[in-house]
Amino acid sequence: MTDVKNSIVNIDASGVYFKDLNARLRESVANGTTKIELHNVYGQRYIGTDLNKPVEIEIFGTPGNDLGAFMNGPRIIVHGNAQDGCGNTMNEGEIIVHGHAGDIVGLSARGGKIFIREDVGYRAGIHMKEYQGKKPVIVIGGTAQDFFGEYMAGGVLILLGMNLPEGKSHRAKYIGTGMHGGVIYVHGNISDYQLGKEVGIADLDEKDYNILKEYVVEFAAQFDYDADSILNHKFIKLFPRFLRPYGRLYAY
Amino acid sequence: MKNLRQVNNIYNDDKVIDACSIFGAMDKAGRRFSGESVIRAIANMHDRGNGLGGGFAIYGLFPEHADHYALHIMYLSNQGKQETEESLGRNFNVVWQEEVPARPTAAIKNPPLVWRYFVDVPPGLPENQSDDDYVVAKVMEINTSKNDSFVFSSGKNMAVFKGVGYPEEIAEYFRLENYKGYIWTAHGRFPTNTVAWWGGAHPFSILDWTVIHNGEISSYGINRRYLEQFGYKCTMQTDTEVIAYAVDLLMRKHNLPLEIAVKVLAAPFWDDIERMPEGEQKLARALRQVYGSLLLNGPFAVIIAHNGEMIGLTDRIRLRPLTVGEKGDMLYLSSEESAIRLVCHDLDRAWIPTGGEPVIGRLKPESGLQPVGAGAGEEKRQ
Repeated sequence: MTDVKNSIVNIDASGVYFKDLNARLRESVANGTTKIELHNVYGQRYIGTDLNKPVEIEIFGTPGNDLGAFMNGPRIIVHGNAQDGCGNTMNEGEIIVHGHAGDIVGLSARGGKIFIREDVGYRAGIHMKEYQGKKPVIVIGGTAQDFFGEYMAGGVLILLGMNLPEGKSHRAKYIGTGMHGGVIYVHGNISDYQLGKEVGIADLDEKDYNILKEYVVEFAAQFDYDADSILNHKFIKLFPRFLRPYGRLYAY
Repeated sequence: MKNLRQVNNIYNDDKVIDACSIFGAMDKAGRRFSGESVIRAIANMHDRGNGLGGGFAIYGLFPEHADHYALHIMYLSNQGKQETEESLGRNFNVVWQEEVPARPTAAIKNPPLVWRYFVDVPPGLPENQSDDDYVVAKVMEINTSKNDSFVFSSGKNMAVFKGVGYPEEIAEYFRLENYKGYIWTAHGRFPTNTVAWWGGAHPFSILDWTVIHNGEISSYGINRRYLEQFGYKCTMQTDTEVIAYAVDLLMRKHNLPLEIAVKVLAAPFWDDIERMPEGEQKLARALRQVYGSLLLNGPFAVIIAHNGEMIGLTDRIRLRPLTVGEKGDMLYLSSEESAIRLVCHDLDRAWIPTGGEPVIGRLKPESGLQPVGAGAGEEKRQ
């Protein structure tokens, strides 16, 4: 199933069990491969997990759940859609999805970047966290479903709403429920009832704008968009009103 | 039964990461297709289940017997079969009967006897009892009898096939490659807190309604007690059973349109209702008040089907996955998109529905196969 051309390792994943596929990836990376192409991927789980080196993995097909789980360094490019749990607890690296992604994108992520060209499902960015230099970033070109940024504890979530008709609102509800860290930048209307009780809403200041610009420029480069025309739109900032919203809950 | 610790839990910790798999395929033009692709698709999600239940529902299955109820009965003993067949002879005109074709396979252990009977309801029922009512009553009678007999499929022109095993093993056992239908649904089971036995595999069914489910219905007790008042008796020892009876009650007996019935099962939250326009608000409140006991609480993604329709639905906060693929007249519903892509490489559209909002596949009128829409069958008879 493996074929090496111009130092690119090509793997035909049809019918290959996920454990065997991931073992093959580990082996290739251990041998110093820096570029791998996976073809005919249909639902193999955990692709990219347990890889600790900067390798580029291009996936043609539909990778299975928990793509890049616990990943520490690789760059994964998906030509297709991602399923649930994309970037689960990832530590370092990049996931770029030329399509949409399912539920719980970047759950508990602690570092790295995820770029999704289209929409994401429920609970994107749930319980992302940051510590010192480690700061996960998720940029989403389309819209999100409910519980966007739920229990968010750190990092940056950016929702570009590029597929929303002008003046239309995002439909997601319970945005940022339980949020107690990090920041969310959104283009597109959101009403108060769509927000979790722990979320504040504000305009961007210069520092915010610089952060937004940095990641939008990166996003635009991934998918051949014009960053300026994205940044020309109005954005709002969502932030946690309390750092320890339940700090007193158990104190009595 | 397999030793789960060896299969799934090699490190002997307490956490087993699995989930049921659900898959559905429908040709809205009514063309009947082989289950080969459906079997491949559900097998692609093999690792979600653990081999303790697999099953299929197929519609448009018996064109040569389309007007007869096709009772499928599993027998745990020969004596049960004898006694139940005697009662079938008393209560129905049995037009044809046969053992459901099966092939011995290494994977399927201790299968029950499974027979099918094409039956007519005898004439002279009381005015307030329809043929469907009669069949439901008789199914409940058999399932609660002491005859070790369980009717697990009782609709017209459709059937359920299910048992203990992985779904692809069940398909092989029941020779499903020989059947054709215009709707196929398929389930791989990972039992959470109820027993793994042949009757407990999905789909669950009454008349031509079938339900496959990923999740847990924590309102099972309330739902079950409510349904008992209408003569539905839960005998399959699994939460999903209540959904089959609930849709039969709401859509056949109470004639609610599908779009309304799903608002009973996955009712809008009260604070969402408060933001609705007045008329809609009144309806939503009335539904929650009248049918509060049929609200399905807990995580679920289900595929419900009956003659002419296939419906995908998740709980309101989508605690279980459901994804949709469309290609021409074909509608696919699945726990995972990869299973759809495996059998249809060039989808026109792939998307993820919102929690609590149904995805509905309906036969096109020009298919000429079935009355379209909820309750149509009941109205036609009168």
